Amino acid sequence: MSKIPLQFRHNGREVAIFVDGGTNLLVALRELIGDMTPKFGCGQGGCGACSVLIDGALHLSCLTLAETVAGRSVETLDGIKQGPQLHPLQRAFMENFAAQCGYCTPGMLMAAKALLDRNPQPSRAEVVEAISGNICRCTGYEPIINAVLAAASGGRASA
Amino acid sequence: MLELRKDIFADERDDNLKEIGKGTQRQDMLGHVTGTSTYFDDHKLQGMLHMKVLRSQHAHARLRRIDTAEAERSQGVRRIIRGADVPRNLNTLLSLINFGKDDEPSLAVDKVRYKGEPIVAIVADSPREAHEAMAKVRVDYEPLPAVFDVEDALKPGAPVVNEVYPKNTFIYHDVYDHQKLRFGDADRALAGADHVLEQRYQMSPIEHAPTETNGSIAAPDTNGRYVVYTSTQALFFSLDTSAKILDVPSNTFHFVGGTVGGGFGGKVDTLTEPLCILGAMLTGRPVRYVLGREEEMQFGSPRGAERIYLKDGVMRDGRIIARKVRAYFDSGAYTRLSSYAVVKCVAHLPGPYTIPNVHGDVYCVFTNRTPATAMRGFGVTAMDFAIECQMDKLAHLVGMDPMEFRILNAYRDGDMKAHRREAKNCALIECVQVAAEKSKWTLREEFRRMSSRKDGGGGRAAIPATPGETRPRPTAPAQQRTAYDRSLAAPLNEPPREPPPPPPSPPQPAAPSHGATRFSSVFGTRRR
Ligand code: FES
Ligand code: FES
Repeated sequence: MSKIPLQFRHNGREVAIFVDGGTNLLVALRELIGDMTPKFGCGQGGCGACSVLIDGALHLSCLTLAETVAGRSVETLDGIKQGPQLHPLQRAFMENFAAQCGYCTPGMLMAAKALLDRNPQPSRAEVVEAISGNICRCTGYEPIINAVLAAASGGRASA
Repeated sequence: MLELRKDIFADERDDNLKEIGKGTQRQDMLGHVTGTSTYFDDHKLQGMLHMKVLRSQHAHARLRRIDTAEAERSQGVRRIIRGADVPRNLNTLLSLINFGKDDEPSLAVDKVRYKGEPIVAIVADSPREAHEAMAKVRVDYEPLPAVFDVEDALKPGAPVVNEVYPKNTFIYHDVYDHQKLRFGDADRALAGADHVLEQRYQMSPIEHAPTETNGSIAAPDTNGRYVVYTSTQALFFSLDTSAKILDVPSNTFHFVGGTVGGGFGGKVDTLTEPLCILGAMLTGRPVRYVLGREEEMQFGSPRGAERIYLKDGVMRDGRIIARKVRAYFDSGAYTRLSSYAVVKCVAHLPGPYTIPNVHGDVYCVFTNRTPATAMRGFGVTAMDFAIECQMDKLAHLVGMDPMEFRILNAYRDGDMKAHRREAKNCALIECVQVAAEKSKWTLREEFRRMSSRKDGGGGRAAIPATPGETRPRPTAPAQQRTAYDRSLAAPLNEPPREPPPPPPSPPQPAAPSHGATRFSSVFGTRRR
């Protein structure tokens, strides 16, 4: 099978790989780039565990053809820290007990980041809407919603 | 009295374990929020192959022929695994504790007993090539009549699901087709009750649906062993199960796990490890076997369905005098853990209430459904659902407040439970009182004053005459008391007593006289 060359920005860094036609972005990130932060939960757009940002917008990497990100910027949970400093959302998730098994957490954080990047002061309803494509089977959504709201109100100032 | 040599571990933790009311951070939280917690599937190994499993499309069918010739030739295929390749292709999970007969193959050979049952495993260079080869396997099924209902499965002439248990029930103690509980004479008490209420309850199977699907990665290790990264919730249980099925000593394996992407009981069945390791053994390469979401839903074991019949006798004053229970656990096609769930269920009867006549018959039944497994209190959860629905209905029947009705019938310290153990440290009454208070539900004064600590024992500690009990009426065996037991004799509303004398302090380690090296496994440092 012939391989397709693919170049894009991964968390601010230029990367170049060869993919098989039909490879999805989740597989490309995990298996070819080695970024294990996006997770496989369903491979069919149902759970949000694979969520990443493409040019700042939230996407399900399991349903995104890898080829389509050529020349674009892909951001994953691995890229949201600033050096050793946790992102305010990461801190808020910790402080609000917003994870149990942690498997949905990378996707949740990316969905939340997509929201706060475009709307730094969301209402509760807007937070609920923003994470509505992300399934958490352990924690319950309340602590997660509270964490996002806490990051929105407090996180910015102290960041 | 067991002497704990606490001095050896003196550096490891302090003994102040009072954590209630404090917020304590999870030790894995930083890993979770940074995406660095390592789940089994986050291991990328050099030369890793991928396993896919062909599953039955029928709930019940004979396998006339399995033709893998074309699949063998398919591109990228390294190995096709059939039932005959599995060293011990019959197992039951609880055989590790000598409970039950081996009844489940890793790969079906002559028959499939539920939709989704594994038939052939394919190891290939990529998941896609494994999928493509899977489509080329020809299976010639002869569909058989299937049974999906627990009571239908027990009718004469019902299809036999699993030949190991030809009556479609698990067999206890080599003889009994169900678990029994007899305490007093429920039939006689029902005849004398003011009201009798009989109801049927049904709970459907529930899929755990963990966000991470079941899976494992197995690889030949550098020392002749195999390292296995797995999603299992029961690391050593899965290790021993794999060792049994693959017929090798358990020290052949190094299982690595612990970071589980949601389990809830659905990751104890060792669904993927044995075949995954076998793939690694047969190819000499790392093999990855991960369930897709559809597989997780269809083949991943759920909480089993249960059907429950309750027949209760209650007096006008609200006392329940008899409870008769007949229940059927749907184990699916194989035993897994349902045999144990039934035992647990029967031990739990009649719920947290003092009822002098209890009669229970609970069956573990085989049907052509996906085998059931553990899930959050399995064995007890559905029965409690039924019992508590029944409690509301009984309260209504006698015109009592449902909370007061529960308080009236609750276990008190010193009462005899139906399985002939004394009730100790009861707290249902207090829980109901607090729940009522928090929900601003008014309880009458006399119910607010009731307590688990009073009015128990005495006549309520007796084991009633039980028909069919041939031996002289047994007295309950003496129960060991621990420091945590509440004293039965404690008078009520007494002023706080002297605190019990502290336990003798452990010998002070003046010098490391025991000669043991003091080594802290937590900090990895040598002390002193
Ligand atoms: S893995 Fe992409 S939505 Fe579930
Ligand atoms: S923490 Fe387990 S799925 Fe969300």
